[in-house]
Amino acid sequence: MSLLHWAIFSPFLAALFVPLLFKHFRSIHTGWFVLIVPTLLFTYFFQSIPKTSNGEILSESLAWIPSLKVNIDVYLDGLSLLFALLITGIGSLVILYSIFYLDKTKEKLHSFYVYLLIFMGAMLGLVLSDNLIVLYMFWEFTSFSSFLLIGYWHHRERSRYGAQKSMLITVLGGLSMLGGAVLLAFMGETFSVRELIGKSGELTAHPVFNATILLILLGAFTKSAQFPFHIWLPDAMEAPTPVSAYLHSATMVKAGIYLVARLSPVFAESGLWLWLIAGFGILTLFWGSFSAVKQTDLKAILAYSTISQLGMIMSLLGLGAAALHYENMNENIYMAATVAAVFHLINHATFKGSLFMAAGIIDHETGTRDIRKLGGLMNFMPITFTITLIGALSMAGVPPFNGFLSKEMFFAAMILVTEMDLFNLDTWGVLLPVIAWTGSIFTFIYSLIIAFKPFTGVFRPEMLEKKPHEAPIGMLIPPVILASLVIIFGLFPNLLASSIIEPVVAAIQPGLAKNEFHVHISPWHGFEPELFMTIGVIIFGVLLYLTLDKWNKIYGILPDRFSLNRFYDALIKGVEKVSLSITKLFMTGYIRTYLVYIFLFFILSLGFTLFWKDAFAFDSENTAAIGIYELILATIIAVGAIAILFAKSRLTSIIILGAVGYMVSIFFVLFRAPDLALTQLVIETISVALFLLCFYHLPKLPSRKEERMTFKLNNALISIGVGVIVALIALSSHSNKLFDSISGYYVENAYKEAGGKNIVNVILVDFRGLDTMFEITVLGIAALGIFAMIKLRLTKEDDDG
Amino acid sequence: MEVLMAVVIGILFMSATYLMLSKSILRIIIGTGLLSHGAHLLILTMGGLKHGTAVPLLGEQAESYVDPLPQALILTAIVISFGVTSFFLVLAYRTYQELGTDNMDQLRGKEANE
Repeated sequence: MSLLHWAIFSPFLAALFVPLLFKHFRSIHTGWFVLIVPTLLFTYFFQSIPKTSNGEILSESLAWIPSLKVNIDVYLDGLSLLFALLITGIGSLVILYSIFYLDKTKEKLHSFYVYLLIFMGAMLGLVLSDNLIVLYMFWEFTSFSSFLLIGYWHHRERSRYGAQKSMLITVLGGLSMLGGAVLLAFMGETFSVRELIGKSGELTAHPVFNATILLILLGAFTKSAQFPFHIWLPDAMEAPTPVSAYLHSATMVKAGIYLVARLSPVFAESGLWLWLIAGFGILTLFWGSFSAVKQTDLKAILAYSTISQLGMIMSLLGLGAAALHYENMNENIYMAATVAAVFHLINHATFKGSLFMAAGIIDHETGTRDIRKLGGLMNFMPITFTITLIGALSMAGVPPFNGFLSKEMFFAAMILVTEMDLFNLDTWGVLLPVIAWTGSIFTFIYSLIIAFKPFTGVFRPEMLEKKPHEAPIGMLIPPVILASLVIIFGLFPNLLASSIIEPVVAAIQPGLAKNEFHVHISPWHGFEPELFMTIGVIIFGVLLYLTLDKWNKIYGILPDRFSLNRFYDALIKGVEKVSLSITKLFMTGYIRTYLVYIFLFFILSLGFTLFWKDAFAFDSENTAAIGIYELILATIIAVGAIAILFAKSRLTSIIILGAVGYMVSIFFVLFRAPDLALTQLVIETISVALFLLCFYHLPKLPSRKEERMTFKLNNALISIGVGVIVALIALSSHSNKLFDSISGYYVENAYKEAGGKNIVNVILVDFRGLDTMFEITVLGIAALGIFAMIKLRLTKEDDDG
Repeated sequence: MEVLMAVVIGILFMSATYLMLSKSILRIIIGTGLLSHGAHLLILTMGGLKHGTAVPLLGEQAESYVDPLPQALILTAIVISFGVTSFFLVLAYRTYQELGTDNMDQLRGKEANE
């Protein structure tokens, strides 16, 4: 176990102790103990920055299932480090925030922190794993812990609904990702991500390459809430706000982005990859920001805005893949898209985290998150207002905050698309900047809504459950730190450039980064077209925000009925209904129906095999001659078997059964089987006696009249089918005798070895005595069973007692 | 002879199947009885029905004997099917006594929520 492994496992280990701490130190908020873990981890990862920025890669291996090549191989490069810093850094802030957010007397803190620590460990494992299977394992761990956290207040129906929805969607994607991982390992013959990247050239031509892309991307899109799988994220807002801030803005929803970035070197040669990611990303960006404007719940706005921002990062990653196709250029301008994606990833984590925390403060101090009830809080909560304003303006892309810079880079990248000449991007590519620009206007509008609706306007205390006041200082510290980062990164973006962003870009585009390349983010880059786009966004955004009441009726045009949520609900209900009706259709509860299925399967499978394989053979050469006695006996048996069907009374059918049995024993006589004949005679007699005993002495029930069997065509066809199939198989198997019997040995050795002259009996008790022993057991069990059935008369009351 | 036996066995199986698809428990058990007869004869037939061979008793001093192995198998099968049939019979008897019917259609488990 290396230090890196300990880093992954320490949250899991800490989770073990949380319930103990909660139980024994009730006076201290459990969060204080938990806070130590991410803080230490953050320090550890922070120290690694110089190493990775020099291009060093820490890698460690721990044997888990070496025979299947599944080992806990971890490595730390620029990309992993960025995520690890986000996870631990924002994790520390969120835990600090939760200490003040969750009441230590009212809430079940032990479960909260256990889930949170499991999530943190899983997330760290996910971003540090080199082995695809281990990565998948941690991936599912994040799904499960997220499920538990969303359903934290499990007495609320909405929480359970949201948890179930997110579980179903993310696990669907997770399983698809597992399929992609297995296909990848099948193509590259290794589970190691780094080895796969080395082999990316040979993978492209593989026939399952495109299927792998689709499976992997389904996983990434569901996790990162891309259109149309974004619907779980707004419902996940039922979770406590620290969870929303941590999981659903900064970390878990970025797992899909991490996956795309991580596997980019493997897949980026493909046009499908580029188109899918860029297309779905831009669609998500627009749809998320468009839908956010109509929300009235603060957290719902933030959820849709997260969706939209994730779409933006995703589309940038997709376009970044284009850089690979222009290797000859001296200065690869398309790499700028990747730089923008990474930069915005960092920015989004900072401002979205602070916005969620601010929304949580408003909720905590006023009792509602509904923007229709909130207003005029500026005087009561000046600090929260400042935080929200910084976060929202950064999100909107206003200078001097960091969102402005990444938005500019985003526009720049989108304009570059139109100059591309591959994968038809020169024709359709022009759509991308247009959609991006429109989406950004909506982003601007909802950012203004978040920043101003709760804080300006009329203060309506009668709508609020509590008297609003500023939050405790502990609750304010984390968002203040994040908001300060927003400003610091906005003013000094190059703090990040060589330390963090360069190694990340090197990890996403390893082949290109070997060339001389330096990231330089300049806050001012002259009058480029993207600057005018931003000015346009601001002008249109302000205008539309001011006239919001006049045009927001367009949201009524698309009825609720056609929303994706309705579709999801109908799908879930439909699946339940259809499966229930299918089950009810064939599970009738009648034994006869099931027998029909069994017999039909028997007929069809055997009949099909017989004719498909051309297995039927008929060969009468090797048969014995038909004697007159045999003919008579056979006729009697056949007639008897058919006569039973027409017998009216029970007695008649019993007697006919007996007659058939005696005929069979005479057959045994004719075919030279004396022991069989004896046994058959005796047993048939006893059986018939038993039949008569059981049924002749039964009281006549009024409901039961003696009657013939009613003729049913279906049953008749099925039984004729069974008879024909058995006869055909008997004929063809007899005609295909391949080997002689082994009975020669028994005949020769019955006396020599076993000292008996009756060969059948010698076989029964000597050569194959084991069969006989268990046949005796069967009889014994049957006897005991019968005895128990007759003697043991438990009634229902006895059973219950 | 084997061809004739195959036909007879086919008829036994057919009747057995038809009886097993009926409503009354008694007929179902009679069906299983016919089915086991059919199966026993099938084993015997598949072992070969050559004439001119002797009963598998070494005292006969014959040139060749009938194959003894299928006979041993059938003997085992007869006893087992007897055990099972008698158990079924008593089970049917008890069902009849307790529930007052031998109609399979009325012997359905109740669904929990209905």
